[in-house]
Amino acid sequence: MDAAGILQILIYLAVITALTPLLGGYMAKVYEGQARFLGPVERGLYKMCGVDTAREQHWTGYALSLLAFNLAGWALLFGLQRLQGMLPLNPAEMAAVPPDLAFNTAISFMTNTNWQSYGGESTLSYLTQMVGLTVQNFVSAATGMAVLVALIRGFARANARTVGNFYVDLVRTTLYILLPLSFVAALFLVWQGMPQNFEPYTTATTLEGANQVIAQGPVASQVAIKQLGSNGGGFFNVNSSHPFENPTPLSNIVEMTFLLMLAAALTNTFGRMVKDQRQGWAIFAAMGLMLVIGLGVATWAETHANPAMVAAGMDYAMGNMEGKEVRFGIANSAIWATATTAASNGSVNSMHDSFMPLGGLVPMVNMLLGEVIFGGVGAGLYGMLIFVIVAVFIAGLMVGRTPEYLGKKIEAKEVKLAMLALLVFPISVLGLGAASLLGAPGAIQDSGPHGLSEVLYAFASATGNNGSAFAGWTGNTLLNNSLMGAALLLGRFVVIIPALAIAGAVVAKKVVPPSAGTFPTHGWLFVVLLVGVIAVVGGLTFFPVLALGPIVEHLMLGAGTLF
Amino acid sequence: MLKELRPALSMMIAMTVVTGIAYPLAVTGIAQSVFPSQAGGSLIEKDGKVIGSELIGQPFTGPGYFWGRPSATSGADPNDPAKTTSVPYNAANSSGSNYGPTSKALIDGAAANIEALKAAHPDQKGPVPADLVTASGSGLDPHITPASAAWQVKRIASARHAPFDAVQQLVGDYTEGRDLGILGEPRVNVLKLNLALDDKWPLKK
Repeated sequence: MDAAGILQILIYLAVITALTPLLGGYMAKVYEGQARFLGPVERGLYKMCGVDTAREQHWTGYALSLLAFNLAGWALLFGLQRLQGMLPLNPAEMAAVPPDLAFNTAISFMTNTNWQSYGGESTLSYLTQMVGLTVQNFVSAATGMAVLVALIRGFARANARTVGNFYVDLVRTTLYILLPLSFVAALFLVWQGMPQNFEPYTTATTLEGANQVIAQGPVASQVAIKQLGSNGGGFFNVNSSHPFENPTPLSNIVEMTFLLMLAAALTNTFGRMVKDQRQGWAIFAAMGLMLVIGLGVATWAETHANPAMVAAGMDYAMGNMEGKEVRFGIANSAIWATATTAASNGSVNSMHDSFMPLGGLVPMVNMLLGEVIFGGVGAGLYGMLIFVIVAVFIAGLMVGRTPEYLGKKIEAKEVKLAMLALLVFPISVLGLGAASLLGAPGAIQDSGPHGLSEVLYAFASATGNNGSAFAGWTGNTLLNNSLMGAALLLGRFVVIIPALAIAGAVVAKKVVPPSAGTFPTHGWLFVVLLVGVIAVVGGLTFFPVLALGPIVEHLMLGAGTLF
Repeated sequence: MLKELRPALSMMIAMTVVTGIAYPLAVTGIAQSVFPSQAGGSLIEKDGKVIGSELIGQPFTGPGYFWGRPSATSGADPNDPAKTTSVPYNAANSSGSNYGPTSKALIDGAAANIEALKAAHPDQKGPVPADLVTASGSGLDPHITPASAAWQVKRIASARHAPFDAVQQLVGDYTEGRDLGILGEPRVNVLKLNLALDDKWPLKK
């Protein structure tokens, strides 16, 4: 790796760190109701929808509202895809999306995953992209952030019953956080060269006289929120490696910043809302530590060119350029791959399937650890707080004291709920992944260990609600669309419901003042313990299958074996 | 549950109006009036005809043109529309190869690219630059590295009967540095460079 590459990594980390307290402080204000510049719109929305803002909800009511709202969104998106052939704004004359694909896509966007079994420019009309997908990009992100805020209130309040009002959290997130930031970003991206139009596809006559059909569309408005809301679903098939979806290195750094900044800043929002910013920084440090390790490994792996190609007469110096764009090079491709899987975003600017074995291992591990290295907006931090509960529980076991976190006693109920959320991951990834291996082996493109990696990646991506892919694997079959749909739902709602239940349990507890025996959760000892717990849980569960996939592939490539 | 459905449905519809209609239309309106060229896809016109987009790569195979990167995109087979076949730089169906690093198809393809490139550039004895051997992620990469452009200069100079130094100079003029001096990688836009070639030393038809 050259100095320019390292410098770009450092710049990226510095930007994210600098934005964390700024955005974090602003979001804390939003959730405390102090942002009011869209007051009339906000009040209009509540009035139209019959939302009583004064009435806060018990965790069960909060969960019920959330589920009903998500169900409505799913139905709307499913219907839109099935009917797109008859609806306007369809200049490329796309036909109705087949039912299993529409089912999978509707779940995928509702769960903030944006797994794409389809190619955007060859399947969806402009109307579906805009009124269907863009909307879910906003509201699925807002849903994740709402769950997080409810859980934070659980810790911040004492002897209470309610955790907030779902619709108020949803509307405030959308109006005051997601919309203004997306709006500014979209215009910046158009300036850099991203199309924003409703024209039919352009037919150009190339210099050598061939016809080239160039896809168009309202790209910028969707890409801005796809990055900001950790959604990741591309307007085009190849996502942000498409020159229209990521025209320049400048658009690239903005998109990379947008994909991580809200998840990072929410750690600070958390700290502010529990009235101790050090708690937020401790979690930021644990996440940051894991991110930096991943960045190091991925960048190092990708600077090595494929030895089999070098043997055939290719220059070694540039590294592994298969599936990468010249304008981004190795450094920006490796940063993106690490950040997008850490953040549960899932957009890509290079093809992860063509990474070197250990380069592709990093995104996989990021997802298998539970999407808690910053993670999806909201989802990453509530996932991390579930790990925190397990970490303080283990620390409590070691010294024989009832564990506490932020002054709340962590008891059997909370630990059981946390374990339920953690068990979903291996059950879904390994169980449903095995079912796909047996039922649809034909979906696998590559022979040898890489074929197993492709399946493992897909189910890790679905369960983690990430959405990126080892794209050689064919997800678009009846069985795989259904299995992946199940993995998406498990990974989303069987974490959301326990998280809200934990919020409901801890909000009722009284605050115990810290004593000499309290384990401080804002220091380095806690950070190391937390990272250790995450590594052990993920490592023990998934090491065997990783050994059979990318690790053995790395060794075989070194020995010159091809498949 | 029924009581939950009314706010859920009406909120979903309200959100659709705000984020799915008002937001993209507002962005479109401003984008098209402030950045009309970019919003329209950065199209390049010549003699009133659209010849491409400066952001989207094109296939080049003639000896008088700089060649771009291999492209893994596909499209409908002209002989049998039910089948798909390799259509490089199909800008209506972006795709990478998605081959894993131990794939025999990947390595065989790379070896074939290397052979073909070496045969077309007999003056070049050293290894072939990696970006000319490997397929880009999008299949539409508009750029090659300055090293890859330099590697091809002699072929173009002799095909166009142009002085070697002048072609090399032109490559230098069309080399873009890193954005803000730091971000991304130095690169050459193949379509723009080839347009400039046609301007300076037209190919005899």
